[in-house]
Amino acid sequence: MKNELLKLEKLTLGFGDNVVIKSADLKVGQGDFVCVVGANGSGKSTLVKGALGLIKPRSGKVVLRDGVRIGYLPQETNFEMNFSATVREVVMSGLLGKMGRRIFYKPADYELMREKLKLLGIMDLESVVFSELSGGQKQKVLLARALMATAELLVLDEPSNNLDYKSRREFYEILLGLNQTGLAIIMITHDLDAEDLIGNKVVAIQDGRVKAFTTAEYMEKFK
Amino acid sequence: MSTLVEMFSYDFMVRALVAGVAIALVAALIGVPLVLRRSSMIGDGLSHTAFGAVAVALVAGVMPTFLALLIVLMAAFVILWISRNRKVYSDAMIAVLSVSSLAVGVLVISLGGGVNIDLNSYLFGSILAVGWMDAVMSVVLAVMVMILYIVLFKRIFAVTFDAEFAQSVGVKVGLFDAIFALICAVVVVIGMKLLGALLISGLIIFPALTAMRLTKSFKCAIIVGCIVAVVAFLVGLILSFLLTLPTGATVIVVNLVIFLVAVVFNRCL
Repeated sequence: MKNELLKLEKLTLGFGDNVVIKSADLKVGQGDFVCVVGANGSGKSTLVKGALGLIKPRSGKVVLRDGVRIGYLPQETNFEMNFSATVREVVMSGLLGKMGRRIFYKPADYELMREKLKLLGIMDLESVVFSELSGGQKQKVLLARALMATAELLVLDEPSNNLDYKSRREFYEILLGLNQTGLAIIMITHDLDAEDLIGNKVVAIQDGRVKAFTTAEYMEKFK
Repeated sequence: MSTLVEMFSYDFMVRALVAGVAIALVAALIGVPLVLRRSSMIGDGLSHTAFGAVAVALVAGVMPTFLALLIVLMAAFVILWISRNRKVYSDAMIAVLSVSSLAVGVLVISLGGGVNIDLNSYLFGSILAVGWMDAVMSVVLAVMVMILYIVLFKRIFAVTFDAEFAQSVGVKVGLFDAIFALICAVVVVIGMKLLGALLISGLIIFPALTAMRLTKSFKCAIIVGCIVAVVAFLVGLILSFLLTLPTGATVIVVNLVIFLVAVVFNRCL
């Protein structure tokens, strides 16, 4: 594959005695938009966490192209209701992986943060307390944080959960726009609605087995 | 004014002031992340463990601070393991550790009848129990934790706000938890002499809760938490001297009053 960013080779993942993902192979290249689908408990989150290095593989490996960083948007993180944190603090924390041993942010880092907020149309939220935002605004802020971490590959775990129809469409439009700039995206989705399959590829998980399709193939076979 | 001069003409008051301010600062620094991550009960569990350890040390004739530190450190890592293990009810297990240690402490003191031990001073604190060694250790700890905070501030925020994301960008979350548990253990062992095993965890929790009510950003919460902790300790120490009240209880009640005032002035900073 041209411009390959991420490759899973015979990746097996599990917890205790339970093997969740069995020998998964997957390639993600520049500009790909992969929707990961499967029933509840099928292992969608486990697969992406394995790809992110958050779960140690039982066997197999994850190969990330040199210099490629992943920006992650976790599923429904249970943020403390009274957490004192501004949008600025949250978005800037996306830079951590690139800071090395640097202790303080540089002026250019703040410029980058404002660029991301502008891109997502939330410039006016910079000094607002994160916990006081609406669900849609929170997701945009967390997307901005993920974009601070990467210019190559985004991994989103059910980002449209808890969003109303309008916010969900708006969020998907933003993702499609980002994808058109060359950013690769892996997004877990519920697969309840064909409207959620906005990418050009679908990865389906069933009984721990991972199968890849183009979206057109998947729609023809299963929808 | 002359009363204040008289108050700090006593060596034991100066030791209490130095150790107390340093411990209050450190407790506030670790308090905000611990409270936000819903791990503040670790302070309570460790303080009761420390009481049990001190009781055993006194009866066995071993240096109490040293043995307590060793046992509390081990307990801190056990609590860490418990809180990560999904197969156990972590809050219940911390409570089990906590009450068991307290019970063992009381039994050991009771059985070691020949030993002259003031149970109250370990349960509720005594400023006379703070030696220069404790004061120096507290200051060294405070300086070390402040340096650690400045160097790791961005990582501390990231782990506190969203540990999973922090891990995904390469932050070693497990190491962070271990460092916080270790600092918590030292705070508890030294602070127990001042505030007592039953009250020391208040020094970790109250300033953090107050700061979170008043502030809009994490950075402000940390700074305000430190200011609240030091002011509450100083006011508590002075009041306890003037009114001949127990220091630990007075400091905690001052913290409670400040917290209640903060509830009224929600998020003004």
